[in-house]
Amino acid sequence: MIFLLKEDILNDKTKKILSYVPSAIFPAIIFPPIFLDSVGTIDIENNPKIIAAILAIIIGYFSRSIIATIFAGLISYWFLIFVYYQ
Amino acid sequence: MNNRLKTLTNGITDVCPLMIPVVPFGIIYGVIGMELGLSAYMTLGMSIIIFGGASQIVLLQLFSGGASSFVTITSVGAVNSRHLLYGAVFAEYLSHLKITWKIILSYVLIDQAFAVSNTYFKNNKENEYKHYHLLGAGFTCWFVWQISTILGIVLGSVVPEELGLSFTISLTFLALLINDFRKFKNIIIMLVSGIVATIGYNTIPFQAYIIVAALSALLVATLLTLINLKKN
Repeated sequence: MIFLLKEDILNDKTKKILSYVPSAIFPAIIFPPIFLDSVGTIDIENNPKIIAAILAIIIGYFSRSIIATIFAGLISYWFLIFVYYQ
Repeated sequence: MNNRLKTLTNGITDVCPLMIPVVPFGIIYGVIGMELGLSAYMTLGMSIIIFGGASQIVLLQLFSGGASSFVTITSVGAVNSRHLLYGAVFAEYLSHLKITWKIILSYVLIDQAFAVSNTYFKNNKENEYKHYHLLGAGFTCWFVWQISTILGIVLGSVVPEELGLSFTISLTFLALLINDFRKFKNIIIMLVSGIVATIGYNTIPFQAYIIVAALSALLVATLLTLINLKKN
């Protein structure tokens, strides 16, 4: 579909705004499952997902590696739910 | 080696390093598809038809949450709207090609293929077979994605639910944003989107929270861009 467009149909301003699309959409997918519990109320205290997500962000920030970020989050989440909160 | 084959091979080798995170992402998608009760054929079929990790996971999430097809289609479209940008950028290099070529290349133009072929096109403007680079990069992505989906489908039937693998949806999308954590504007946009979605999850009808959150955040992005343009 995309290639059917002629050259330069989007101006620089539109391109700039489109480059923000991932930042505008992904958090809408990331946040609710982390901050809401199974019945949909906001759960901030003792929530292992928040801690695991923060650790993932820290690792991601420094490593800039997608895999390291996912595994840092998953491993800390497993540690919290299977060891720490047991 | 003739020029076409050489360019095709360049595309394949250039994109290979970027395939490392695609494999776990595909596996996660396959596992979640099975966990949410889709059949193996539907899970794989979605990978073949849509061929876009983020949008497939959004579709799964909304579909299993009982969203209407209208909301589901708009949300998936919104997630994929960044491809408009890719198409607009590549039109400069590829607008002379035949329609069949354009359709095939559009199908395989995903984030990773865009990243490597964009660099190649910039440096090899005079290569008349440069589109073979995108063909090679794109189909490499395609094969890796289908194979990792199948791996996920197989694993999905044996992985226990207690592992909380659905948390990997959040983690995967978080990981896709790591390069934007350093930019102040992006962080503001992310917070707007995340907060609107969390509050709107229960209050916005028809599971339209993703669209509403994304549009609010894009509105902020537009305002920030306009303010910035005035300053310069």
